This record gives sequence, structure tokens and C-alpha cells, in this order.
Amino acid sequence: MEQPALEIRNLNIYYGHFLAIKGVNLSIPRHQITAIIGPSGVGKSTLLRAINRMNELVPGCRTEGEILFDGMNIYDPRVDPVEVRRRIGMVFQKPNPFPKSIYENIAWGLRINGFRGSRAQMDEAVEGALRAAALWDEVKDKLHQSGLSLSGGQQQRLCIARVVALQPEVILLDEPASALDPIATLKIEELMRELKRDYTLVIVTHNMQQAARVSDYTAMMMLTGEGERSGTVIEFGPTKTIFTNPRDKRTEDYVTGRFG
Amino acid sequence: MTRKAFEQQLRELLGKMLVLGSMVEQALMESTEALWKRDLEASRRVVERDREINDRRFALEALTIGLIATQQPVAGDLRLLAAVLEIAGELERIGDYAKGIAIINLRMGDTFQPSVPAEVTIMSQKAADMLHRALIALVNKDVEAARAIPQEDEEIDAFYLRIYWDLMGQIIRDPSLIERVNWLLWAAHNLERAADRVTNICERTVYAITGEMTEMDATWDELERENSGLLQPRSPF
Amino acid sequence: MTTDDGRRTTNHGRRTTDDRPQTTNYGRQAVRAGWGVAPTFEPNLPRRKVMGMVWEGVALLAILLGIAMLLTLLVKVFLDGLPYLRPQLFTEFPSRFPDKAGLRSALQGSIWLMVLTALLSFPLGVGAGIYLEEFAPKNALTRFIEINVANLAGVPSIIYGLLGLGLFVRGLGLGRSLLAGVLTMMLVILPVIIVSTREALRAVPASIREAALALGASRWEMVRDHVLVYSMGGILTGMILALSRAIGETAPLITIGALTYIAFDLRGPLDIFTVLPIQIFNWVSMPQEAFHRLAAAGIIVLLALLLTMNALAIWLRNRLQRRW
Repeated sequence: MEQPALEIRNLNIYYGHFLAIKGVNLSIPRHQITAIIGPSGVGKSTLLRAINRMNELVPGCRTEGEILFDGMNIYDPRVDPVEVRRRIGMVFQKPNPFPKSIYENIAWGLRINGFRGSRAQMDEAVEGALRAAALWDEVKDKLHQSGLSLSGGQQQRLCIARVVALQPEVILLDEPASALDPIATLKIEELMRELKRDYTLVIVTHNMQQAARVSDYTAMMMLTGEGERSGTVIEFGPTKTIFTNPRDKRTEDYVTGRFG
Repeated sequence: MTRKAFEQQLRELLGKMLVLGSMVEQALMESTEALWKRDLEASRRVVERDREINDRRFALEALTIGLIATQQPVAGDLRLLAAVLEIAGELERIGDYAKGIAIINLRMGDTFQPSVPAEVTIMSQKAADMLHRALIALVNKDVEAARAIPQEDEEIDAFYLRIYWDLMGQIIRDPSLIERVNWLLWAAHNLERAADRVTNICERTVYAITGEMTEMDATWDELERENSGLLQPRSPF
Repeated sequence: MTTDDGRRTTNHGRRTTDDRPQTTNYGRQAVRAGWGVAPTFEPNLPRRKVMGMVWEGVALLAILLGIAMLLTLLVKVFLDGLPYLRPQLFTEFPSRFPDKAGLRSALQGSIWLMVLTALLSFPLGVGAGIYLEEFAPKNALTRFIEINVANLAGVPSIIYGLLGLGLFVRGLGLGRSLLAGVLTMMLVILPVIIVSTREALRAVPASIREAALALGASRWEMVRDHVLVYSMGGILTGMILALSRAIGETAPLITIGALTYIAFDLRGPLDIFTVLPIQIFNWVSMPQEAFHRLAAAGIIVLLALLLTMNALAIWLRNRLQRRW
């Protein structure tokens, strides 16, 4: 068993006085797809965003605990969140390409992260990223058209290409297909399976069938108790187990649709 | 509690399974009773009704597959539907055993030689009762019952042994009966196999409820005991 | 008369148009089944249409009144001022004689004032707006500053004149120079620029910002390459609108001592100066009819300048938006 890509230990996340995430301990396996599922409002996105320190953009957000990545706690005061976000990329629910050309969408990220190379090398990097996102063939003739001129599914793949261009180690996906039609969704799922070879993926999804189809491991999140408003991970295991014989009754109730 | 429609469909499915189960139980008991009483008409009816058992089995399977396709069941629901699929097949095979007994009766014809041991009817009632309780255990999600029923297989085996020795005795007294006794042995064997099927059903039930797959057949020790008993003939006197 | 399910009833003298109560289908069935009174609807469409038209008419009247007043002013100004709209208007300095009077010095003053004010207030105002919106921590101090900036936008401009008099004219010893005027006008329009810059920045969708930050950009890189680019159109529009307001401001400039009679070309920022509104005001105050017409001509020039600036704003905004 390879060393896990991420180790989350005793994570608590506060918004002001409100404890949104309580006591999460989780090991994210390397080069696998881990899905985070659970009812609305339990904190799946909050947990995901903690991994690349995007929660800090919300005023009043405080994080306790550790997330170990490559041997270092990313919440250590000496660590710059900007560096974390290059190595742990994120794709959002609603595709958000920049209002620039397709080429620029990818080149910008490369440039600000200090890409050193000739124009030809930049071209290669852009092509590589677009190929990795299964988008190259569709856009190779229109690299200088606006990114917004693409269809929803293509825009999302552009956003994935943008992240992949920076050669991260982990890619976080926050409901990446929920704004897309079924065909585009399946293409994204196929893409995720290919990306697994080179990256570790963590995906938040509302769609249980998608989680079952695409992920290798699943983490089930729930509120910590009746009337509680903090979320935590109540079960984690191989997806097949979670969906055929989960240990926790609450997990069983959720995946069979008897709850929430 | 969401998924009311699905729950309703599951209840209907299990209801249909129970109906199939009771038809099979009836076939089992009627065929052995007809054999004992030498009632050829009743045996003919059993053979005819087997067609309906087969039809119902396929309908049950189709319904189950339909639910799997349309309801995306997972975890407990999925295990339950998988169990029902398997059980449908087992029930049909038990029905075939009953049909086999009826056919033996028809082949035997009008004669009263050899005599059919009375244990045969008791044995089939026992087997039918085990089947009934096994199906109820699935419907009620009663794990203890499902684990307990296979142990009654010992009683079935005891019946079989007594029937065996009774028939052996008849052969020794009148060797010309050997062909017919063979048929009767076969009938008894069918009943024993039916009880084994019930054990399978119980295994599936335990799996559906708990997710564990366990073998509940006779252990090796029991097999050895059984074998040694059969292979070394004991004198019935 | 008979209704269509065979019951006999009279019409009670009502007109049989669509103001008859209309029963619904289930109403009739309910009645037939003996369950009681059918639910009825009284749509009353004609009355509602009339009310709609009345209100439309009132709104139209309101805008027509406004336009009518504006048109009256414009037409009067044009009729009065057109005869004096000749090259002399632009080449001559003010004089006691209306035939020899012109806007030369006032025009110079206005244009110089606008250009210098724009050059100074753009970086300050836009910079302050960017800081407050993007970088300032969300604490009580920031909120305090925000509230005060908004308030300052509404302060009467003569107060700024007094401030300019004390701070620039006397305090910095700039005297009644163009520079003092520029600095004072800058104070007047700075709050407006800050507020409109923040509005333009806020219009940038959060998704763009998140995407940029998630790629490992620093806050400044995100603002420089995405937020500013996206919002520049709005910022420039706000800027030019603020300048349009400034071009007509008279009170603060009078307070700091812009004179009404300048008969020489503007030599530099430290020179004394005058502006169009002051010149116009001066001419309006003269008894001679001819000067009133000159004032009208001046108004035409001022309006032309204003329209040019607005056209520039629109052109700039379109040019910048075309990229997306």
C-alpha cells in the first residue's frame, strides 16, 4: 500500500463561533479517486476546500488540526497557501474559465507560477495540458478563441486542463459534473479515471451513482448527532464496501435513500 | 422515510416470492402424499402445476431485474434483491424435485409393492415447513431463525436413513422389487435434496441481512459420520 | 335563456361580454353533483386594461415633462447663443465689450483643470478603491473608512473649496493657482471615484477570483490580471462621469479664488486661472443683453465639452469590453 497522498488529522473548522467540521481523521490514498458524499449542508465542500486552504478566503474562518501533505502540515504558519494551491489544484462546480482565449487560460497559470521556457515550450505545455484533459482535438484549431465560447462540458475540461498544466499532485473536484448534461458528465468521469494514473483525485458529489461509478474509496459525512450542526466523517472505505455492505447504519440509510 | 414507492414494490416482490414458496411447499407435500396413497390422479396434477411454478419463477426474476434496473439499489436493498433472484431459482428446483416424486409415482403405477414408508410424508412435511420458515425469516429479516433452520437438516437426514433401511429391508425380503425400490429411494433422495436447497436459501438470507457469506452445510465431521454410517451396513435386525 | 347543461336561467339584464362570471369546468361538475356553489372568477379584463393604460400615461407624462423642460432650456440656449458661436469665441479673451469678448482663457483653464485633475485623481482614487475592496481586512477600521468615504461623496462642494483654501492656497502656499484648483477638485471627485471603482470591482464574479486563486496566484496577481481587466470598463466609466461632474463645479473654485477676468494665456500650473462656469456666471451677471447671449454661447461650449467626454467614456468602455 502506497503512502497516502494526504493525511487529515483531528480537523476542526470554525466559521466565527460556529463549528462546521468536527474531528475529521482521514487518509486519502495516492493515485486513487476518493469521493466525499453526504446530505446537503453537512460540510463536504468545506472539508474539500480545507485541503487547498481555500477556506481562508472566507473571513472569520479558523482551522484547527493538521493536514499532512508530502510530509509537511499545510497549515503550518511557515507554509504559504499560494504554494499549496499550485500543488493541490481545484476544479469548481460551475465551470469558470477566464474570459480570455483558450490558450491564455492555461498559459496564465503557467506564467504566474514561474514557467521558464521559450514560446515553443509554452505551446507544448498548453498542448500537453489540453491533451490530458481530452480537449485538444476539439480546440486545437481555435486556441485563440475565447474560453467562454466552448460548451459547458468543454469549459469544464478546460478548467481541468488549467489545473493539470501546473502538474499538481492532488486534484480536488467540487461537484464537477453537476452543472453538465449526462453525456458531458460521463466524459468527465472517463477523464477522471485516466487522470488517476498521474494524480490523486478527491471529489465531492451529490450524485451517489456517480460516486459509486467513479470512485475507488468513499468517505461518508454526516452531522455529528441529532440537532447538531457540525459535520464529520462517519465512515470511510472502499467504494464497493460502502455500497454493498456499509458498517454504519447511517451510511446504509443514506446510500439506500432512506434518509436525506 | 423516503422511497415509499420502492418499499411498496419490495413488499410486493417478497409477497410474490412467498406465493411461489407456498406453491412449492404444496407441491412437495402433495406429491409425497400421493406417492404414499398411490393416488395417480393427484400426481398428474402436481406435474401439471409445475408449469405454473416455472412461469412464476421467471416472472419473479423479471420483476427483480426490473427493480434493480430502475431503482439503483445498493447495500441492503441490493443484497435483498440478489437473494430473491437466487431463491427464485432454488424454489423452482425444489418444485422440480416435487415433480420428480410425482413422476416416480406415475411410473410405479397401481401396484402396492414395494410399500412406501410412512416416514416419507413426515419427511416432506418437515421439509416444507423448513422452507416456509426460511422464507418468512427472509421477509422478517430474522437472522437467528435463518441460522437455526439449517441445523434441522439433521432430522431430515435421520428420516432419510430410516427410509433407506426400510427399503433395504424390503429388497432383502423380495429382490425382484429392486427396480421399484430404487425409484422410491430416488424419491426420498429428492426430499433430502429439497432440504439442502432450504439450507442454501437460509445462507442467502443471512447474506442479505448481514452481508456475510457463510456455508451452513453439514461440516466435514458430520459428513464423515454420515458416510461411515452408510458405507458400513448395519443390520436392521 | 338556457345554459349549456340545460338549466334555465335569466341573464338579469347583464351584458353578455366577458364580464360575465365565468364558472370553471369543475365548478359546473360540482354543481351538477350537488356539492354546492361553483367557484367563480370575475376577470374584469376591460377595467384592468384601462388602469394599465392610465398608469402608463402618467409615467409617460412625467418623462415628457422632464424632456420638455430640458428641450426648452436647450432650444433657448441655442437660439440665444448661436449668433455668438464664432471663432472669436475661442480666440478672444474676456473684455468689457461683448463683441470683443471670448472664452479663450476660460477654455484653457477648464481643459487644463480637467486633464490635470484626471491625471492626479485616477491613480489615487482607483488605487484607494482597489485597496478598500480587495486588500483591506474586514475589520471595524475598514468599515469606518468605507462609511466616511460614502459620506464624503455627498458633502457640498463648497466645503471642499474652503478646505482647499486653507490647505492648498494658504497652507502649502500655492496661492490662487491652477494647481490649487486641481488639488481641490481632486478632493471633490475622489470619493465618487472610489465608490464607483468599488462598484465596478464588485461586479467581477467570485468564480473568476476563486479560479485564479485556486491556481496558486497571489491576491495581487489575481487583481491585476483578472479583476482589473474585467472591471476596467466600469472603472473608466465611473472616472469620466466624475470628471463630467467636476467640469461644472463652480463654488469650490470661486472659494479658492479663481478669478473672473483673466486676459492672458495660461502659462503653467502655478498661474492664476479661470474656468468656463465662472466665466459664464460672470457674463450672466452683466447688465448687457449681449453678454447674456455670450453666456448662452458659453453654455453651448460647456455642453459640447461634456458630451465629448461622455462619448469618450462610452467609446472607451466599448473598446475594452470588445475583448471578451
